[in-house]
Amino acid sequence: MLTILFDGIAYGMLLFVLASGLAVTLGLMNFVNLAHGSFAMAGGYVTVALVNSLGVPFFLSLPLAFLVSGLLGLLFERTLYVHVYRKSHLDQVLFTIGLVFMSVAAVDYVMGSSQVFVRIPRELQGQFSVFGVGIGRYRLLIIIICGLLTAVLQYILARTRFGSRLRAAVDDGRVARGLGIDVNRIFALTFAVGSGLAGLGGALGVEILGLDPAFPLKIMIYVLIVVTVGGTSSIIGPFLASLLLGICDVAGKYYAPAVGPFVIYSIMIIVLLWRPQGLFARAASR
Amino acid sequence: MSLKCIAAALTAALLASPALAQETVKVGLIVSMTGQQASTGKQIKGAVDLYMKQHGDTVAGKKIQVILRDSGSIPDQTKRLAQELIVNEHVNVIAGFEITPAAFVAAPLATEAKIPAVVMAAGTSVITEKSPYIVRTSFTLPQSSTIIADWALKNNIKKVVTIVSDYAPGFDAEKAFTEQFKKGGGEIPQALRVPLASPDFAPFLQRAADAKPDAIFIFVPSGQGGTFMKQFAERGLDKAGVKLIGPGDVTDDDELNNMGDAALGVVTAHLYSADHNSPLNKDYVKAFEAANHFRPNFMSVGGYDGMHLIYAAVEKAGGKIDGDSLLAAMKGMKWESPRGPISIDPETRDIVQNIYIRKVERKNGELYNVEFATFEAVKDPGKAKK
Repeated sequence: MLTILFDGIAYGMLLFVLASGLAVTLGLMNFVNLAHGSFAMAGGYVTVALVNSLGVPFFLSLPLAFLVSGLLGLLFERTLYVHVYRKSHLDQVLFTIGLVFMSVAAVDYVMGSSQVFVRIPRELQGQFSVFGVGIGRYRLLIIIICGLLTAVLQYILARTRFGSRLRAAVDDGRVARGLGIDVNRIFALTFAVGSGLAGLGGALGVEILGLDPAFPLKIMIYVLIVVTVGGTSSIIGPFLASLLLGICDVAGKYYAPAVGPFVIYSIMIIVLLWRPQGLFARAASR
Repeated sequence: MSLKCIAAALTAALLASPALAQETVKVGLIVSMTGQQASTGKQIKGAVDLYMKQHGDTVAGKKIQVILRDSGSIPDQTKRLAQELIVNEHVNVIAGFEITPAAFVAAPLATEAKIPAVVMAAGTSVITEKSPYIVRTSFTLPQSSTIIADWALKNNIKKVVTIVSDYAPGFDAEKAFTEQFKKGGGEIPQALRVPLASPDFAPFLQRAADAKPDAIFIFVPSGQGGTFMKQFAERGLDKAGVKLIGPGDVTDDDELNNMGDAALGVVTAHLYSADHNSPLNKDYVKAFEAANHFRPNFMSVGGYDGMHLIYAAVEKAGGKIDGDSLLAAMKGMKWESPRGPISIDPETRDIVQNIYIRKVERKNGELYNVEFATFEAVKDPGKAKK
């Protein structure tokens, strides 16, 4: 019973790292980036390449995956995304879904189409038992990393100068510019961090979700569900939504395997009927 | 040159082209080079190219031309491409079909066009009944699932939880195994079905573990085996003495080496292992790896044998390359494949082959499915019952 709860939390946390970057770009920058999963995939492959081929320790590869995906995000933001910020959401969707397919084909060409795995250190493998509750070591690591990450993100967005500048830039770009805030730079940085987070999520997710070139398509739905259910106005919303979905998904599959896969969708439908703007969103402001 | 001359030349060219087309046997190969099942497509294409390189592109005075089309792992696309190949390219044979739904959509087209459809990968039993023109060179899931049930019973495995992917081949595997296993007195406390796109096996494995079985019977399509294996070990099921058995898809040669020690000791029943001990297979693996830089898996032999079947049929049909003649030639064909002796059942047009029991072991630093028992000339049990 508690093992299921634990697995659910770990799964939810993983969903959160994957989705948090999207929550940032979608919620704060009001930009629909379906290619988010591609950055996650980039992070995953960076980890696999570093750990398996170059022998870099797994723990070191995680920040590197964050960095590489972040830089990739920055590059794409400066060269491509910057042109579609002001376009309609439909244009953004079409543009980014195109990027997804290109990334899938490119990775397939370079890395091959079969599933790859990362060699995680021995001390992270297996389970140990606390009062009869089976705790997976790797899953525990995910929970710790994600917990820290949430706290840091929330702190940055709500309490720091950068956070308030970012919110100002989003709420009214023209006034923010007039006050001397470099909106372009803030957006670029935010986008890079969002992509980096995706990369980190991808790196952590290899062990649990597997990694192949279709990865962005596989996780896209889950990530979008998290963001729609959680609402996009804060970090806490998607965080709680991830936990809710993770726990319900795992518990549903455990207790009622026949209908388990539908649980996550049922929750989404109920939540959206009840609160179309998401669980924790402010009243629709845009 | 006057206009008349040009017109005459054109007419002549037009009249001549059907005659030229007679000399070429066109094979429309539709597999997934991209998308979810891309690895299957690449294995088959690698094998088809290798066969043509080894055997040349002419047989019995006919030129063999393969026209490759990428289905993108989308059955709708397979249907459109098959139509296009039949109508525009006038292919003599269609082949490929990486997954069951792809074979299903192609079946009525083959019937209508009266040309053979060689199924090189998809493994649901009922496929060959969808059209009298379907011939299969891959495998059926009941073949291996029934055999592994027999093996389990003999090896003191009495209580098994089944976990299969929630789609047609999964049901086939589950049904064949369950029937055979229960007939022999086995007990199945839980039968779990995992959604095809399930990223996390944790809840299913936990439920299986709680039932405390002797073994878990697992079928997931090629491509998900590694993830499953890792989580199986993560939960400590291997150390708790729970065995992992199933058809060989889970220890697919394509991925096996990446799975790590978690895969060691897994016992599966399957039609092919890259480790199969025959001179023909040793040459095959060597040539395949040299050409493609990855290990051939059971999908690749489906493609290789499919090509052989087409070549042999053209030769046997003696100059006639219409669909019915080729189909008649294919029925009952027997030959030695890298996987061992195989034949096409003239009644069902399905493959008859040896099924091997294998165990994952480390050999020269790499993981292989090492065969240790053989069940000879296994027909598809899914049809034998009828």
